[in-house]
Amino acid sequence: MSEIQKHFIQVVVENKFGVLSRVAGLFSARGFNIDSLSVAPGIDPTVSQMTIETQGDDHVVEQIVKQLNKLIDVIKVVDLSEFSFLCRETLLIRVNTARPGDREEAFRISEIFRARIVDSSPATYTIEVTGDTEKIEAILNFLKPLGIKEIIRSGKIAIAREEQHGGHRPSKHSIEGEYSHHR
Amino acid sequence: MKMSGAEMLLESLKREHVQHIFGYPGGVVLPIFDALFKDPSLQVVLTRHEQGAVHAAEGYARSTNKVGVVLVTSGPGATNTVTGLADANMDSIPLVVITGQVPTKMIGNDAFQEADIVGISRSCTKHNFLVRRIQDLPRIIKEAFYIARTGRPGPVLVDLPKDVIVDKGDFIYPDSVSIRSYNPTMQGNRWQIRKAAQAISKAKRPVIYAGGGIISSDATKELLDLVTLTNIPTTLTLMGLGALSGTHPRFMGMLGMHGTYAANMAIHHCDLLIAVGVRFDDRVTGKISEFSPHSKVIHIDIDPTSIRKNFHVDIPIVGDAKNILKDLIEEIKEINKPEPPSKDKLIDTWIEQVDEWEKEHPLTYEHDTDVIKPQYVIEKVYQFTQGDCIVSTDVGQHQMWTAQFFKFIKPNTWLTSGGLGTMGYGFPAAIGAQKAHPDKRVIAITGEGSFMMNIQELATVASLDIPVKIVILNNKYLGMVRQWQEFFYGGRYSSSFIGQSPDFVKLAEAFGIVGLKASRHDEVENVILDGFSRRGPVLMEFHVDPEENVFPMVPAGGSNIEMIFEAPEHRDDRKKRDSILTA
Repeated sequence: MSEIQKHFIQVVVENKFGVLSRVAGLFSARGFNIDSLSVAPGIDPTVSQMTIETQGDDHVVEQIVKQLNKLIDVIKVVDLSEFSFLCRETLLIRVNTARPGDREEAFRISEIFRARIVDSSPATYTIEVTGDTEKIEAILNFLKPLGIKEIIRSGKIAIAREEQHGGHRPSKHSIEGEYSHHR
Repeated sequence: MKMSGAEMLLESLKREHVQHIFGYPGGVVLPIFDALFKDPSLQVVLTRHEQGAVHAAEGYARSTNKVGVVLVTSGPGATNTVTGLADANMDSIPLVVITGQVPTKMIGNDAFQEADIVGISRSCTKHNFLVRRIQDLPRIIKEAFYIARTGRPGPVLVDLPKDVIVDKGDFIYPDSVSIRSYNPTMQGNRWQIRKAAQAISKAKRPVIYAGGGIISSDATKELLDLVTLTNIPTTLTLMGLGALSGTHPRFMGMLGMHGTYAANMAIHHCDLLIAVGVRFDDRVTGKISEFSPHSKVIHIDIDPTSIRKNFHVDIPIVGDAKNILKDLIEEIKEINKPEPPSKDKLIDTWIEQVDEWEKEHPLTYEHDTDVIKPQYVIEKVYQFTQGDCIVSTDVGQHQMWTAQFFKFIKPNTWLTSGGLGTMGYGFPAAIGAQKAHPDKRVIAITGEGSFMMNIQELATVASLDIPVKIVILNNKYLGMVRQWQEFFYGGRYSSSFIGQSPDFVKLAEAFGIVGLKASRHDEVENVILDGFSRRGPVLMEFHVDPEENVFPMVPAGGSNIEMIFEAPEHRDDRKKRDSILTA
C-alpha cells in the first residue's frame, strides 16, 4: 500500500449539461473524495475544464483517473501530481474595520500579500487575494484579529509548469504498454 | 419530407437493423406506439412489466451479441427499468433503452409521470442522453447504439420528451459515428502480447481464467485455438460459461465461491494466471489477498478500469479479447517454431495434477430416490437436450446448480444475472432469447422465489405463444438464503421459508399455458419428456429436496482453497424436512 497523497486532476470534458453531475456522481458512487472542484469553459467553448483536488493512495488515484477516462463525455484526464505544477485559489474576505486603526491595518496586510481591496463600506473592507494554499492561510491568520464578517474561497485551479509538460514521462497510472497506440 | 420525432426514432432503429422492441406503452410515448402500429416492420414484444422488458432485451442481446432495444413511457415506466439497467451495466450487456419524458418545458415541474430518469440512471448505464431538440435525435440514436455495442458493451438510455416525439423535422441519419472523447482501444500492445507469449511459453503451471468478455467479443474460436495450441487447463467464470465447451478435456469447470475443487486449486497453485475478459469479482476471488498467490498475472480486458481494480497485474493488455488472443497465438507459434513439441511436456505433470484434483472432488451430490434432488433435474434436462438449447436462470441455488451440472457447449446459450444477481431476470430473459431464436429450444430454469418476481410475464408467453420451457425447482425456501442461514446464522430461517407459494400448475393453466408437476423422483423423467415435447410454452414444477445445499462452497470472505463440501455442523434434521415435504 502506498501512502495517501493529495492529487490535482485536470479534466477536460464536453461542455454539455449534466457532465458535472456525471463527474461528481462518479466520485460519490465509487467512494472517492473531492476536496475541491473548479469548473469553467475553455477557450474552445465546446469544452469545460475542471480541476479536481482529491486524495488517495496510488491505487485509488489510478482508479480515479481510469474511471474518469471511462466517462463518455470526458476528453482528457491529467494527474498534475505527476508533474511540477502551479496551484492557485482565490479568497474573498470581508473584515471589520470599525475600530480606529483597523482600516490602516487591513490596508497594510493587503499590501504585504499583494491583495486588493475590492469593496468598502464604513465598517468593512472586502479583500480579494489569490495565491497558493499557504498564502491564503497566512493572510487569513493576519486578518483574523480584525474580525472576519464573511469569507468565500474558490476551488483550486492548477496548471503544469511549461518545461515538464511536453515530456514523455510514463504515467504512474498505467504500466508501460498497458495501452496500445493503435486504436 | 418532414418526419415526426416518433417516425425518426423508428427509422433510426431500422437503420440499426432492429427487428424487435421490448416495451410497454404509456402517456407520453403514445405517438411512438401509434407510429409502430402503422409500421409492421418493427415487432413490439409487449411484456407485462417494464422490468420484464429490459431483462427480455438482455436475453435477446446476450443470445445474439446484438443490441437489445426497450421502449417505455416516462415516470414509473422509466423507473421500472432501473434494475434491468443496473443488471446490464454489471454484466456488460448492450442495450438501448428509450424512455418517454414529459415535454421539455415541463421538465422540473413535477409534472404527471415525470421522473428524472437521466439523473436516476446515470450510475447504472454506460451513458445516457436527454434529447432536447428534434434535429439531434437521429445522431443521438446512432451514438447510443455505437456506445452500447462497442468497447465494453453496456446499456445506454435515451430520454425523449413528448414535444421532441411530436415535433417535425428533416431526417438526416449519420453514416458514421465519431465521438472525440470515446475511442475504445481495440488492438493490444504488441510488446505486451509478446511478453505474455514468452511468459506462457515458460510457464510450468499455467491456467486460463476467462469470462464474459470472450462472449461479448465473439472470441470463442480464438480461446479454443489458444487452449488447443497450449493445452492449458482452463476455468470460466459464471458469465463466461460456454466460452469453451463444457465437454472440453481441459475445461476444469467454473471457479469461485461455488466453483469446482479442481478450478480453485489450479488457480491457487498456478505459476501463471492468464485472465481474459474477466474482472476479478469477489465471488470469483474469495479472499483477495489469498487469491492465486504464486502466479504471475496476465490480464487482457477492454476496460482499463478492470485492470488492477481488485488484483495486481504483471502484464496488462488493454484491448479487444478476440484481436489480442489472435495476436497472442501468433506470438506463441513464433516462439514455438524452433522446438515445437517440448511445450506440451513442460506442463504434462501440471495437467496430471489437475486431473487428480478433478478425481479427488468431482462435482457431485447425494443420490436419493426418496426425494427429487435438484441437481438430478438439471442433469436430466441436460441429458434430454444434450446442451442444444439456450438456458436462462434466475439467481440463487438453482443458478449455481445449473452452472455446475449443465454443460454449456456453445457461447451465447447461457443467460444469467452474474454481477447484480437479479432475481426475476431469468424468465423474461428467456422470452427475449426465444424471440431472437424462434426455432431453438429455450429453457428458463428458476426457483419458486425468483420466478415470483416476474411471474406476470406468463401472460406475455401465453399471448404471443412464445414456446419457452420453464423449469421451477421448488424447494419451498429462498434456497441460497436458507443455506447461508443454516451455515452461518445458527439455522435460524428468518424470512426464507416461502412454502405458501401458489399452485404453479394451476397458475400456468390460469394464464393459459400448460403446467406439469413432479413430486416424486420417478416422475421427473416423464415430466421432462412430456413438457419438452410440447409445442408451446410449458411450466414444469419440480418439488425438490427443501434443504439441499450447493457444494463446494467457499464461505464469503474465505480463501478459495478453503472449500467446504458439507454443512459446517451437519444437522440430521430429517423429521423437520419430512414434515415440510409432506405439507
